[in-house]
Amino acid sequence: MTMTQVQRQAVQVPDEPVVQLSAAAARVGGNDIWSGVNITVQHGEFVAILGPNGSGKSTLLKVLLGLQPVAEGAVRVLGSPPGRRNRDIGYLPQRRAFSGDVRIRGVDIVRLGLDGDRWGTPLPLLSRLLRPAAYRARQEQIARVIELVGASGYAQRPIGQCSGGEQQRLLIAQALIRRPRLLVLDEPLDSLDVPSQAGISALIQRVCREQGVAVLLVAHDVNPILSYLDKVVYVAGGTAVAGRPADVITADTLTRLYGTPIDVLHDRSGRLVVVGQRDVPAEHH
Amino acid sequence: MGPGLSWDLAYDVQLMFSYPFMVNAFRAGTIVAVIAATIGWFMVLRRQSFAGHTLAVIGFPGAAAATWLGLATGYGYFGFCIAGALVIAALPQHTGRTASAEESAVIGTVQAFALACGYLFVSLYKGFLSGLTNLLFGTIVGVTDTQVLVLLLSAVPCLALLAAIGRPLLFASVDPDLARARGVPVRRLGALFLVLLGVAAAGTSQVTGSLLVFALLVAPAATAHKLTTRPSVGIAASIAFALLATWIGEALAFFTVYPIGFWVTTVSFAGYLAASLWRVSADRAGQRPQVTESAADLAEARP
Repeated sequence: MTMTQVQRQAVQVPDEPVVQLSAAAARVGGNDIWSGVNITVQHGEFVAILGPNGSGKSTLLKVLLGLQPVAEGAVRVLGSPPGRRNRDIGYLPQRRAFSGDVRIRGVDIVRLGLDGDRWGTPLPLLSRLLRPAAYRARQEQIARVIELVGASGYAQRPIGQCSGGEQQRLLIAQALIRRPRLLVLDEPLDSLDVPSQAGISALIQRVCREQGVAVLLVAHDVNPILSYLDKVVYVAGGTAVAGRPADVITADTLTRLYGTPIDVLHDRSGRLVVVGQRDVPAEHH
Repeated sequence: MGPGLSWDLAYDVQLMFSYPFMVNAFRAGTIVAVIAATIGWFMVLRRQSFAGHTLAVIGFPGAAAATWLGLATGYGYFGFCIAGALVIAALPQHTGRTASAEESAVIGTVQAFALACGYLFVSLYKGFLSGLTNLLFGTIVGVTDTQVLVLLLSAVPCLALLAAIGRPLLFASVDPDLARARGVPVRRLGALFLVLLGVAAAGTSQVTGSLLVFALLVAPAATAHKLTTRPSVGIAASIAFALLATWIGEALAFFTVYPIGFWVTTVSFAGYLAASLWRVSADRAGQRPQVTESAADLAEARP
């Protein structure tokens, strides 16, 4: 544990940003999705990607994962072209709920995040006998990440019987198990109840701070995460605007981006609340 | 059949195995039980039982046509089941989760047509009336040495292949989106699995008949899924249940006048029923108080 931490710190070159897009443009099937996009994400930053439906938030994630080529401009992810360093990216696809009859334990779902893409068949009994040290190390690695997300109480239960928030915690553990340097989460708060939204947001922020992982989080509703954010990226109107929340989340900017009236309110403690009408972040979906 | 049971079990077993056809029946049953239970475990996990049943039904006209043409039925089963698997794999979006109502209607129509074709081939081959029942519901007699060898030669590469793709197949089955993002060839694995399922369905048909394949392909696997959530334990349990059902079913078919398909299915069904009842009572006993999550989330959200 300490050894890997030391190594990781030695490997991390703070100069190179985790994500850098310069004058980037994306085109899908001949249609311009967005262009002239400049985004820089530094190590350990918590960044939200916001914007109306169909504005190209998912396209942005695909570009970063190398699943969609960039049409113009330059994109660097962890110091390499997109797609090269995907092993160092923990990715959580758009919300996948496991239905009640999925009888696979949460701990096995987490384990698949570690080695699910390796060929062969796991034989726990055999590996415990033949390579006890490696087996124990892996068990500890899995237990540790489950502990980190606070899912120890239900990781042995079939994941189909876990609540939405519990499933999301296990999926975050799955995304974290390879100790990524960038965590990409596609709408992780969608279809969770309000307390779970708050809990998962706080968890992601804690992981971001304690593990030094940069987080890119696509969200519909900015309010549950607003107080944790280092940066926001609004994707709308064929481009994207990135910056500190206080600079970007203003009534004028959001109204211009969405093309519909949006207000930004300040409560007594100085926190922002985004309020709008149609297809707007403040509404709960 | 039926020499009748005596009170001496050792003598009965010895008697049963003094008939070469029973030795072959047990050999074939053992091979089929292992492969059906293993592939069946993944089939139940992937919710592709409907596809499995379709493949088995498609095997029936294959076997009937083989008989009509004077070939061994085994070739007909394997040929049609594997071809059927390739066709289903080529159809867009065939898995249980995404299957639309129209797709299941198409599959139902194909099943009916397959049964009709099989019946046609049986009629074309005159004087084959007992054969029809055997093809649909299985028979204990007439498993040849060659048939056992063919079953073995089909089962071994299938199991080897499944062992090679086991972990990514599990990943692709429970979490296809993430598996795809991690570079697992989800679609090709699905197609490959359907071919394996075709081989398992063809093999199983030769013991239980086309209509009763579920006795070995679904029931043991479903029983195992009820009892354990651990993949390795589940597959081992599934194999154990299938072997028990086959051996007990074959022995009962030998000592009674009732056919093998009935006995194997009945034993499998009894096991599934027992496991379901156990599951319900275990879930009732283990129901937890529903406080944990919200409380934990609220605690974390507090600064």
